[in-house]
Parts: sequence; C-alpha cells; structure tokens
Amino acid sequence: MATTTVQTVERENYLNKHYGVGSWLFTTDHKRIALLYLLSITFFFFIGGFFALLIRLELLTPASDLVQADTYNKLFTQHGQVMVFFFLIPSIPAVLGNFLIPLMVGAKDLAFPKINLLSWYLYVIGGVMMIHCMLTGGVDTGWTFYVPFSTAFSNTKVIEAGLAIFVAGFSSILTGLNFVVTIHRMRAPGLTWSRLPLFVWAHYATSIIQILGTPVIAITLVLVVAERALHLGIFDPKLGGDPLLFQHLFWFYSHPAVYIMILPSMGVVTEIIACFSRKRIFGYSFVALSSIAIAVFGFLVWAHHMFVAGISVYAALVFSLLSYAVAVPSAVKVFNWTATLYKGSIHYDAPMLYAFGFVGLFTMGGLTGLFLAALGVDMHVHDTYFVIAHFHYIMVGGALMGYLGGMHFWWPKISGKLYPEGWARLAALIVFLGFNLTFFPQFILGYLGMPRRYADYSHMPEFQILNVFSTAGATVLAVGYLLPMLYFLWSMRYGKPAPDNPWNAAGLEWMTQSPPTTFNFEQEPVVTWEAYNYDEIDAGQKQEVPVVG
Amino acid sequence: MHDHAKSSPLKTYFTVWAALLVGTYLTYKAAFIDLGVFNPVVALVIATTKALLVALFFMHLRHASERLLKLVVISTIFFLFILMALSMADYATRGRI
Amino acid sequence: MSDSQAAIQPHEGLHNPALLHHFATEEQQRDASNLGMWIFLATEVMFFGGLFCSYLIYRRWYPGDFAAASESITVWLGAINTAVLICSSLTVVLAIWAAQTAQRALLLLMLVLTMLFGLTFLGIKGVEYKQKFDEHHVPGASFSFDHEEIPSHPGQYANPQHAQIFFALYFIMTGLHALHMIVGLGIFSWLFWMAWKGYFTPHYHTPLEIGGLYWHFVDIVWIYLFPLLYLIDRHK
Repeated sequence: MATTTVQTVERENYLNKHYGVGSWLFTTDHKRIALLYLLSITFFFFIGGFFALLIRLELLTPASDLVQADTYNKLFTQHGQVMVFFFLIPSIPAVLGNFLIPLMVGAKDLAFPKINLLSWYLYVIGGVMMIHCMLTGGVDTGWTFYVPFSTAFSNTKVIEAGLAIFVAGFSSILTGLNFVVTIHRMRAPGLTWSRLPLFVWAHYATSIIQILGTPVIAITLVLVVAERALHLGIFDPKLGGDPLLFQHLFWFYSHPAVYIMILPSMGVVTEIIACFSRKRIFGYSFVALSSIAIAVFGFLVWAHHMFVAGISVYAALVFSLLSYAVAVPSAVKVFNWTATLYKGSIHYDAPMLYAFGFVGLFTMGGLTGLFLAALGVDMHVHDTYFVIAHFHYIMVGGALMGYLGGMHFWWPKISGKLYPEGWARLAALIVFLGFNLTFFPQFILGYLGMPRRYADYSHMPEFQILNVFSTAGATVLAVGYLLPMLYFLWSMRYGKPAPDNPWNAAGLEWMTQSPPTTFNFEQEPVVTWEAYNYDEIDAGQKQEVPVVG
Repeated sequence: MHDHAKSSPLKTYFTVWAALLVGTYLTYKAAFIDLGVFNPVVALVIATTKALLVALFFMHLRHASERLLKLVVISTIFFLFILMALSMADYATRGRI
Repeated sequence: MSDSQAAIQPHEGLHNPALLHHFATEEQQRDASNLGMWIFLATEVMFFGGLFCSYLIYRRWYPGDFAAASESITVWLGAINTAVLICSSLTVVLAIWAAQTAQRALLLLMLVLTMLFGLTFLGIKGVEYKQKFDEHHVPGASFSFDHEEIPSHPGQYANPQHAQIFFALYFIMTGLHALHMIVGLGIFSWLFWMAWKGYFTPHYHTPLEIGGLYWHFVDIVWIYLFPLLYLIDRHK
C-alpha cells in the first residue's frame, strides 16, 4: 500500500531550511507555528495531567487525606482550566489545522501568517500568566468561575486566572479568523467547496464558533474581574445583581466551546476512516453540513448547564428540547462513518484504531449527553460523576483520541519519519482500555449519587471500590499517553524516512514531499478530482499534482 | 470586481451623512416626547437605521461583490440576537411557572 | 479615474505594498484583508454584545432606577458626541475617496480631521466622566445616589444599588468604547504616516479601507450606546 520512495539524501524542507532559535520564534511558516503549538500544548497537557493524577490519588480513599479540601478545589479547577483552555481548545486546530489547512487547500500559507504567529504568542503569554497564577496561590472556583463565589468570596487568584484565559482566548479567535479567510479566499483553482476535505469543513465550522463565541467569554471575564475588584453589584444578589447572568454569559461561550473541542476531531476521524477503508465518505454533503449544523445549533443550547441553577421551568423546557436537536447532526456523522466502513477494505493501522475508539466512545458520551438533556434525569445526576464521565467520554474518548489518531496519521508528513507501528497499536489499545477503566466506573458512581468536586466522600464509603478502579485506569491511561510521546521523539532521530504518501491517501497534503518545503507547493495546483477518490487511487491512477500551466 | 470608479460617491456620502445627523436629531427630540412603550422602540429603530446606513454606504456593504460579507454581518447579528432572546426566555418567565 | 491597469508602484519605505508571497493575486490579497477585518468586527460585535445583553436584562429589571441614573448624565454632551462621530465617519470615507482619486493633500486633511474628531469625542467623554466623578456616581467605595427621584414616579426614590449597576454598565460600555476609540486613533496615526510617505495610490489603499471599517464600527457602537444610555424616560 505504501509507495516506495527511498531518500538517501535529506531534501530541503521546512524543518531544515533555517536553523536557530530565532528562525523558529520569528517564523511565519504555518508548519513551524504548528510545531510551536505542539510543544506548548503538550507542556500544558502534562500540567493538566499532573493535576488529574493528584485528583485520582486523593480519591483512592474516602477521606480527604492526601490534600485538604481547599487544595483539592484548586486541583480540579486548574485541571479543568488547563485542559480546556490550554490543551483541548487549541489542540487540533492549532497543531493539525495550522499545519494542514494551507496544504489541503493548495495554498502556500494561511491568509495571515503574522497573525498566526501572534496567536501563538498570545497563547504563550496567557499560558505564562496561568502558570504564574497557579504557582502563586492558584484558583479554586471550579473552571466555571461561578459567581458570587469567584467575585466576592474566593481568596484565590481569580483575577489573574481570568485574565490569563482572556489573553488565551484571543489566540483562539485569531486562529479561527485565519482559517475562515484562508478557506474562503485561498483555495486552489478547481477546489470547490464540495471537493474540500471534510477536515477543512470541520475546521471551518469550528472557526465560526471560535469567532462568534469566544468574545462573549472574554467580556464575561472582564465583568468578573471588574466585579471582583470594584464590587459593582453586577453579579452580587445583595446589590441587586443576578448570579445567573454570569452563568448565561459564561455558558453562551462554554457550551459551543465543547464543539470547538470535538468538531476538529470529527474532521480527523473522517479523513482516517476514508483512508483506511479505501472508500469515499458516505454522504459527503451530509457530513459537511452536519459540521455547520453542529456549530449553529451548539449556540442554542447553553442553559442546559443551568437546569438546576434557578432558570425558569419554561426556559429549561426550551433548552432541553434544543439540546435534543443538537444531537441529530452528530448522529448523522456517526451514521455516515459507519456506512463508510461498510464494505470497505479495512486496515487496522494505529490511526484507524484511534478512529474506531473515537466512534464508539464519542457515541457513548453523546448518548449520555441526551440523558442529561432530559430534565427529570438531570435533576438527579447534575453535579455528580455522571456529568464528569459524560464529558470525559467526549473530550478524552472523543477529542483526544481523534487528536492522537491525527498525530499518527499525519506524523510522516509532519516529521518525514515513520513512527513504529507495533508500538503505536499497542499504545492505542492501552489508551482505550485505560480510558474505559477510568471513566466507565464514573458513570456508575454518578448514577449512584457521588457528587463531583468532593475531596472527601467518607460519608459514602461504598464508592471507594469504583474510585479505585478509576484511579487504576488513570494510571494505565497515563502510560498509554506517554508511549506516543516517547516513540514520536524516538522516530525523529531513529525512525525510517517516510515516503511522501505512506498511506496512499487522498488529499493535496499527500502530494507534497514529506516533510513539505517551506512554501508547500512549487506551483499552484489545479484540482480536477473529487475528495476521497480512493477508487481512482486504488485503481492505479497516478497521483500527480496538475499545475497551472 | 472592485469598482473604485463609483459614480458620484460624494453625493451618496454627503446624503448619508446628512441623514445620520437628522436621525440623531430625531432620536434626541423623540426622547422628550411621551410615546409610552414606543419610546425605546423608536430610539432603537432610528439607531438601527443609522447603523445600517453606515454599514451599507460608509462600509461599502451595499456594493460588496459577493454575499459573503453580508452573510458575516447577518450571522453575527443573528447570534447576538440568540444570546439576548434565549436569555430573555429565562428572565421573562421567572416566577411565572 | 482609477488606474487599475497601472503597474504596481513599489515605494520606498519599510514596507513593500506589492503582492505578499503567499497570495496569488493582488485582488486575492485585498479580498482576504477585507474579509479578515469584517470577521474581526464580528468578534467585536459579540464582545460588546455581552454588555448590551447584560444592560438589557438589568434595564428590564430596574426600569425606574435606570431612568433616574440615566437622567443624571448630560444628554446634550452625548448628542454632540454622536454628531462628532458621524462627522468623523464622513471624513473617513472622504479620505478613502481622496486616495482613490490620487488627491494626497485631501487624503492627509481628511485623516487629520478624522483624528481631530476622535480627540474631540474623547475630550467630551473626559468632561462627562469628570462630571460623574464629581457627583460620586463612579461605582465603588465613594458611590452615592441618594434621594434621586424616579422620573416616572415622582416621590419615589431610586435604589442606589440598582443605580450603581447602571453606572457600572455605563462606565464599562463607554470605557470600552473609548478604549477602542484610542486604538482607532493609533491606527489612523499610522495610516497618516503611511499616507504622508506616499504609500497609497488609487491602485492600492487597502490599509485605509480596513482601518476605515474599524472606525465605522466604533461609530456604530456609539450609535447604539447613545439612545440606550442617555435617553431613558427623558420625557418624564
């Protein structure tokens, strides 16, 4: 299946074209910026993972014996903030999106390369602020910053954390802006919307959310900072303010934010499933439009996070109904992936293993979301481990597995090296098993009534056994995550040189060299084929890039 | 596609400018007349008209060659409207059910 | 009038206005810049939008208190400021027209006038803020709003805490707007410098166009702020 091109002399590419720290820190090459992001988000993944480890260690025993409750509050807060804002939201768009979108649309770079670099710097500045905040006292409000605790009662560094996220939010906005303009304005001749890879459609939809949603949390954080500093009364019930106003504004962004986290991953999975089934995607336009639908509908459902917070029953009914509607486009995708697999020629390479894991785990996570959308059920399981299991199934079983699958799939293109396939399949299996061992017990725990954000559950000691399973699973999961980091690093030095198209995959990015040159294409390509033309590829038609002649 | 040679753009610009000033004056004056519940309505209608004039003529949205820019504007307003309307779904019905 | 057929004129100076390497044509570059600025303005609409939403909710909750608070800000200053910004938007489009018709002197004049209008706006805003400061209407420790009658219900007094919410929103909304104004002045200073250097031609003046879009947006925000903040129940 792989083409057999053997490189004996390393060709000039974006990695070896310039050397030196300055050539990286002042680059405007989208591929280098993607790697800068890769380093940064991996760093924050370790930090967020470290907090997760401490949480799981504490929960091994019912008593709050590893850490005090105040510290525990900081652990889960910072785990959430770091993972959401500094890992998951950037992850696929800033690494894979930045790297691949210009390649996939046949462009030399994104529309605004300098703004791309600026977005990385903003991310780093926000990240540094967050680290400083954590080192000088941390924040204990929950990643959700609910008022009036965050504005009037917490004794931790709420303002600094809020400002850190404010800055990082602009990174997200600029990335989305860059992608939308690139996709609209810089597609190669012949690359119509209906020939675009669905990865691009997914990022387009994600960018819509980043552009329209992030500013709202930005202003919300400004209000929180102002309220905390000046006691204005905007959110303080004693002064006539409404704490629920904060929640409305916060969740107006933070619900669509979860779609920022999952849509890119769905795009990755679509690419992988098509390639490793050697088939065109079933229902291309349905998959494309369902991405847009998820982005649009995702803005209509935010108050399902507030069912028990004090909103009116009427509003709860409306949001419950809308939350059922938003599940439909996701289900469309799962159906289309399944239909693509049907009668496909399945290959079980590591990226495909991650894609399989994604489909199953995302479906479970998504279905449990519907449980939560039912008002009667939510009354009982809100603020329990059921919710935690639900969103970890989507964000870890879904988004993170898609990210890992994508990293494996495009690693040969990004690095010019092949990762060790045997280790990769083993790691995928370990991740899958570790994940389920960690989070499935949490569905049960939540259903049985264990509240979230509790360091001490000694009044419910019967929950210990499930917590022990969960912590054991987390350890396995950690091993599963470490393995790819190790063998990716290993492969950069010792891995076999990668052919230009090791998977014989469709897509313009595979028609460049591995790794690509700085300007991607020698000449502007002209696209005359439909997306996912695997039937043509496997029938032996040569993959060549026609150029403007 | 980008027609910089607009016929007498100056006339358009000055007309719009005058309309904006008239609109401001009308808003100001109308605020001092008791129109009951329509006071805020009138104010917002005039404000929206002024905003549209600025967007369509000063920001050249009217002459935008493709519909994309208008789509950007309409989508944004739509989602802002959603934020306000669905929040009001809560605020307007609290204590009633 | 326009010489779109003319060749690109490279200019001395730090920045070559000719085609950036990753774009295929000048038109693509200009369209990308234009779309990029419109999308940025969309983010700004949502940014201010959160404040407008908060304002809407509290005005509905505390109509009398908000009316009393609104009455205490000087409406004619707000009206003049509205007119000032409208004039500044005119000078912006005239500046672009001047660039399109290769009238450098007019272009420079219009840019200067735009900035003068902007400074006037900020000056008047400063006067208003000082008034509020003197009357102890700035939210915080020294805030006081006692014995202010509700316009629609003479004899009833506004709740100072609810009035403080009005003033909090007033200062945050107009303050954020003023901040955008200051950034706008910075942008136009830079545009003036570029125009001075002879950087803009009928063929290329994209920075003027996108700077103009930003300025008009700031104007539009004020067009809404004025009636919402200054004109509540004035007839009562």
